Amino acid sequence: MSAPNKSYDPVEVTALHPDEVARARDEALAAISAAASLDELKQVRLAHAGDRSPLALANREIGALPPHAKAEAGKRVGTARREVSEALKTRQAELEEERDQRVLVEEAVDVTLRLDRRPRGARHPVTTIAERMADVFVSMGFELAEGPEVEAEWFNFDALNFPPAHPAREMQDTFFVESEDSGLVLRTHTSPVQIRALLTRELPVYVVCTGRTFRTDELDATHSPVFHQMEGLVVDEGITMADLRGAIGAFVTGMFGAGLKTRFRPYYFPFTEPSAEVDMQCFVCRGASAEPGGEPCRTCRSEGWIELGGCGMVNPRVLVAAGVDPERYSGWAFGLGVERTLMFRHGVEDMHDMFEGDVRFTQAFGMEI
Amino acid sequence: MRVPVSWLREYAELPAEVTARDIAQKLIAAGLEVESVETVGHDVSGVITGQVLEIEELTGFKKPIRFCQVDVGEAEPRGIVCGATNFTVGDRVPVSLPGAVLPGGFKIAARKTYGRVSDGMICSEAELGLAESSPGILVLAADTPLGADFVELAGLRDEVLDIAITPDRGYTASIRGVAREAATAFGVPFRDPADAEVPAETGESYPASIADPTACDRFVLREVRGFAPDTPSPLWMRVRLARAGMRSVSLAVDVTNYLMLELGQPLHAFDRAKLTGPIVVRRSEPGERLETLDHVVRDLHPDDVLITDGSGPLSLAGTMGGLNTEIDEKSTDMVIEGAHFSASDLARQGRRHKLKSEALYRFERGVDRDLPLVATHRAVRMLAELGGAEILPGVTHAEAPAENVTITIPADHPDRVAGVTYGRDTVVERLRDVGCEVTGEDVLTVKPPSWRPDLRDPNDLAEEVIRLEGYENIPARAPRSVAGRGLTPAQRLRRRVGRALAAAGYNEVINYPFVSAADWDALQLPADDARRRALRLANPLTEEEPLLRTTLLPAMLRTLHRNLGRGFPDVALFETGLVYRPRPDAPTPPRPPVDRAPTAEELAAIEAALPDQPLRVAVVLGGSREPAGWWGEGRPATWADAIEAARIVAAEAGVELEVKADRHAPWHPGRCAALFADGTLIGHAGELHPRVTKAFDLPARACAMELELSRLESKAAGTVLAPHIATYPVATQDIALTVAGGVPAAEVEAALRAGVEAHGATGLLESIRLFDVYTGDQVGEGNKSLAYTLRFRAPDRTLTAEETTAVRDAAVAAAAERVGAVLRGA
Repeated sequence: MSAPNKSYDPVEVTALHPDEVARARDEALAAISAAASLDELKQVRLAHAGDRSPLALANREIGALPPHAKAEAGKRVGTARREVSEALKTRQAELEEERDQRVLVEEAVDVTLRLDRRPRGARHPVTTIAERMADVFVSMGFELAEGPEVEAEWFNFDALNFPPAHPAREMQDTFFVESEDSGLVLRTHTSPVQIRALLTRELPVYVVCTGRTFRTDELDATHSPVFHQMEGLVVDEGITMADLRGAIGAFVTGMFGAGLKTRFRPYYFPFTEPSAEVDMQCFVCRGASAEPGGEPCRTCRSEGWIELGGCGMVNPRVLVAAGVDPERYSGWAFGLGVERTLMFRHGVEDMHDMFEGDVRFTQAFGMEI
Repeated sequence: MRVPVSWLREYAELPAEVTARDIAQKLIAAGLEVESVETVGHDVSGVITGQVLEIEELTGFKKPIRFCQVDVGEAEPRGIVCGATNFTVGDRVPVSLPGAVLPGGFKIAARKTYGRVSDGMICSEAELGLAESSPGILVLAADTPLGADFVELAGLRDEVLDIAITPDRGYTASIRGVAREAATAFGVPFRDPADAEVPAETGESYPASIADPTACDRFVLREVRGFAPDTPSPLWMRVRLARAGMRSVSLAVDVTNYLMLELGQPLHAFDRAKLTGPIVVRRSEPGERLETLDHVVRDLHPDDVLITDGSGPLSLAGTMGGLNTEIDEKSTDMVIEGAHFSASDLARQGRRHKLKSEALYRFERGVDRDLPLVATHRAVRMLAELGGAEILPGVTHAEAPAENVTITIPADHPDRVAGVTYGRDTVVERLRDVGCEVTGEDVLTVKPPSWRPDLRDPNDLAEEVIRLEGYENIPARAPRSVAGRGLTPAQRLRRRVGRALAAAGYNEVINYPFVSAADWDALQLPADDARRRALRLANPLTEEEPLLRTTLLPAMLRTLHRNLGRGFPDVALFETGLVYRPRPDAPTPPRPPVDRAPTAEELAAIEAALPDQPLRVAVVLGGSREPAGWWGEGRPATWADAIEAARIVAAEAGVELEVKADRHAPWHPGRCAALFADGTLIGHAGELHPRVTKAFDLPARACAMELELSRLESKAAGTVLAPHIATYPVATQDIALTVAGGVPAAEVEAALRAGVEAHGATGLLESIRLFDVYTGDQVGEGNKSLAYTLRFRAPDRTLTAEETTAVRDAAVAAAAERVGAVLRGA
């Protein structure tokens, strides 16, 4: 506190008497520390720091002082109010802390309760794996081509170099739309989309197609009359079987991871020449199960290899039927079964599961695969 | 084709250490689909040859039983009980002695039976694993040594390769073809079983001619006389036929089958006594019929290729013989036919008559045109050597000119197909390996061998070179990058729709598209409903479901029911898939030739013949949409969920659906919504008709939605323009309007919007939200109260209360005028 000023007359304003200010401050501090709850503190704040509190009233009186006394009294009252305000803030924080400790604990809930109010749905794994398979090619710049499911025989067979009455047509047990010479079938493979793509797109053609296909097999553990295929087609200049092997290698890497070998076995398809069946090294045992003393492998039945699909160089006769000059262009085609891939990639044991629509099956796979 | 390895080794000089598995692997690598390697006869031991010395017929049993004394080369004969009666004293027979093991691990021991001790067993072919069933025991040739090991004598121990023949490799439907491939694969000499010397043609044998050269281009007949029809087939032949999967019938039939297996040339034997007049190969004439060996009387088709004589049809050429001229147990004079028929004609004929036979299997895959002379010659020689027949001089050889195939390829063509440099010499060597004649240097002129009718094109030759050089030697070239445009907007939309519905709780299903007409009734479709016009399959899997779906719903409702039955009553399902809507009077599609691209007109005609195949999405749901739980009450699935599913789908396309009440099967007539996008009907949603839920055995109030995604795709919003985000305060106005109960909420909202627009304040209206629907005393009977919150905001200023009230009043006035709304509390 500053030294007394000669011209100061404390009697003039009682409220500003140093003792009064000090007393008001002490009372306030005592009340603050005595407040036992946030509500009590609220009352204390009103009484000792509110507009009608002694210190607030004293503050108002400062204006009545002669100019030379204003500074000294103002300083004194201001200090007292700050001390009260600090004490309030401190006590407020203490009481809030106490409240948090007690009240929020009392509000505790059982967080293990599940709000499973909106059951989640799922997409069919055949859909999602087909998308994923196609996306491996789409990421290489291929486009996704489409075609109808009820298809003209010309697209399904003739243009794909299945001569009429050739035994190759019998390899694909065909649903015919009535009557048998209607010229319409349920497509037995996605390959008619090759012809559609070549007829409608500019060369070079890099397309992949996934879709539903049909053959007159009864539903059993490994067959279904309705199933899905994925098929890739490239027609460009200078395409060789080495390109085909490279593309299939990229597909296997995209779907099953890096470092898996593939092998070709000569085969026959009317629409490719040369043709091959493709096997990939088992992505689970990586061939170890077929070695002497290897652990048995469920995925490849301990053969070390998994049959992937069929492929080959687009038969030049197919190119001709689709209006492509086989002297200038060559191409490859590669196709495989979507359900079969799902079966070995995810251990689906029975084809029934894919077509019965049991929600437990679908739910296991979620949104993506 | 089942190939006994011992038979294969006769013509391919495979080293002894090469196993059947080695052979299988090499053949697979060469393109033959070896499906299995079977080991046979290795489990048989202790069977020796014996001779029946005495037969004592035992009586008093239900069937004839014999007690035989059999000399098995030991000091004393053995007493053996036998139930067969097809042998006599002096016959030589296979005997399994006690300790012997027969196929399947069947152990033989001395045992007491029928009151005697049987010291072994006299064996039948079935017991030795040589036939499926046997009428009696196997009687061996009279010169069979006694006490010999039967397994060795008969060559029972063998391996059998089972090979699936692809349609292009008809020549491998023979020991000859497989042996050639095996010899090439191992680089060892091949001995051709067709390398038989054929005698000079010394005039005709039985007269024959080809009337239709498009059906048959070579027809050969040979004749034998004085064949002893009861001569049994030799043991080695029976064993080989059995291993190859064929039944031994009689010596004459066995000879033709044996040669077919060995050479690949089907042969047919006619009983000479049953023939009348010259044989003619021709197509069927009107009204002709033929009873084939399977005792079926067949009406013949004008395209059928027939072998005929003066009496009419004798056989369906290369497919199945006729019953009347079949050789029988008394036939002594025979005419042997070997021919080359049109593969496609025979394939069609087989399909027409739903016939399969070993002969047809080979003819439709292509038979070596050079074989008939060789094969018939070998046949008559075998009949002479084995059956005592006399070969008549003369060879009937009718012939039509055949196409001579030569293929010209650049010598590096296989290199360019494979992406591998083989070099000319390798290419020529490999083509010669498969039997081609090759001439030329940089450009090769290649004449394929007679047994490879599948080799027609340059790529066919490339495949031969590449497969023999090994597919495993083709390198992998990294994919080149191409500039694709990614998925189309429609393709991306379909994926989003699937994800959005799954996120909303729907589970995707994939149903078969096969339905029945009864489904239309179950869906309560009116008689003239377009969905009843469905495509029908000519050969459905079941006659119950011969139609192709025109709506996704019936199969989905069945799937819903199936889940119900499995204990899941609260299920929401979705499916996307094509439906098939036939076009009235659709033409039959043309079949343009394939040696050129189809013309635009031809393509258009093909497309016009196809049905419409729009893509649809549908949902079905039943039970609870939200279950009851610790949080409180559950919520049943309702018509509103079904309509909301449609909005979820539409939202993915950026389309705001218009919803109107409708009456449309299979929905509840009071709870059915028609869904419109930009004025176009795209589908329906709501609660199912009670009759429908009953027909599909579903819980009451099951719901469904079906809409045409193809139509929605065409309405999909384009590029989104960013909205201006105003930061001025929002002003809200709540109103409650009383309207007649039948006024749709959508119309009230439309009226409010129209009022705002008429006031020129569309830009100020941020949203209208219906927050309550009330019916009850306070609004009067037959009325309802709709409560809305209107939110206003200006982009450039704070709206005043007067402004917003004025807009609100304009909106209410429009509602009053259009739908008779009365503002409550006004």
